[in-house]
Amino acid sequence: MIDARGLSCPGPVLMVQKAVKEGNPASLEVLVDDKCAVENITRFAKNNGYAVAVADAAGDYSLTLSKK
Amino acid sequence: MKKINWWVIGTGVAVGIAALILTACGNPANMGFCIACFLRDTAGALGLHSAGKVQYIRPEIIGLVLGALIMTLAAREFKVKAGSSPATRFVLGIFVMIGALAFLGCPLRLVLRLGGGDLTAVAGLAGFVLGIGIGSLWLKKGFSLGRAYEVRKAEGFVLPAIMVVLLVALIAAPAFIHFSQEGPGAKHAAVGIALVVALVVGALCQKSRLCMAGGIRDAFLMKDFTLLSGFLAIWVTVTIGNLILGNYHLGVNTAEFIQAISHNDYLWSCLGMVLVGWGSVMLGGCPLRQLILAGSGNVDAGLTVIGMIVGAAFAHNFGLAGNAASVADGVLNPGGVSTAGKVAVIVGFVVCLIVALTHMPKKEVQS
Repeated sequence: MIDARGLSCPGPVLMVQKAVKEGNPASLEVLVDDKCAVENITRFAKNNGYAVAVADAAGDYSLTLSKK
Repeated sequence: MKKINWWVIGTGVAVGIAALILTACGNPANMGFCIACFLRDTAGALGLHSAGKVQYIRPEIIGLVLGALIMTLAAREFKVKAGSSPATRFVLGIFVMIGALAFLGCPLRLVLRLGGGDLTAVAGLAGFVLGIGIGSLWLKKGFSLGRAYEVRKAEGFVLPAIMVVLLVALIAAPAFIHFSQEGPGAKHAAVGIALVVALVVGALCQKSRLCMAGGIRDAFLMKDFTLLSGFLAIWVTVTIGNLILGNYHLGVNTAEFIQAISHNDYLWSCLGMVLVGWGSVMLGGCPLRQLILAGSGNVDAGLTVIGMIVGAAFAHNFGLAGNAASVADGVLNPGGVSTAGKVAVIVGFVVCLIVALTHMPKKEVQS
């Protein structure tokens, strides 16, 4: 689980990029607190072969990335 | 195939058209928008500096912040956060402004100058790209200004409220507000036009997340060209518009033709924009993006904007801003950056380096 809440752009997507590069995980959960980060991570994930599901998490956003 | 983000491209086109409209309605040439220049003019209007030619409360700044606020509230994205190295952001805002005013324009005006055929801006573009490259390398190594945390909603309304007060001051025009009688500060579109155009642009920029620095940074770091497409859309739109309107003048400053509010000091144009690029990447966005974030509940970005206003005041009180080229009796004065301005830009690099070194991830101690 990556907790990227409160980090300004492009911090959250860089954390995801690092995790994908280092571990090539089949799935990855990411917690963010702004819509811009949701959009950036979703774009990155889709460009790198992951499907993305976004859910509300008590006012934050929980993203689940799954390898297609 | 990567999906094209039409919001970003559409916003780029809209910003380009808006800049052309504002110039046609009275703003200085190649300055439909310039966040650095307009914050500087606003600082002058409030008496924070006394450069008589650049004093005017620019409604474009007010409109951009309030447009972003309206869009954020409409999209139910208004989340108020603060605490991500606010003092550091304030200082970075000062130096981003000093770098921009050495060049004579923010990254958005850089594109508008290029779109007007101003080749002196190419040095600034090179510097901006280089600065973003330096900032991106630090990001790759783990640089971060840290987390922001949710704070009281009222905090997010402070900067927008200041903008409303500025609007009242602009309309009421009391004697203590300074308005330029000549020079760039005296050239402006009507308040209503500038405000409405900026409200629309502010809303679009909030929705699309358009950022002049973000486009190049994302291309470097993730080979993601989404935001860069907005940057290019502005350039193309303004170039086409200027060609149609007969305002496209390809070249540098010569005795025969002066590019509006620019100078021929290529080295310091470049270095000024290196500072802007590097600082913007550390801040998480260009001056335009800082305004939009400030209207979207980001209190730290609001402090950055205040830092930029202070930087503008310093730039003119201490003679740090670039001097525009001019012609007198057929002889070209190429303009440039004063020694004090050059020292300030170098100090800015030192500050950026210190900020970078002090905001790296802590190494884990092996036991």
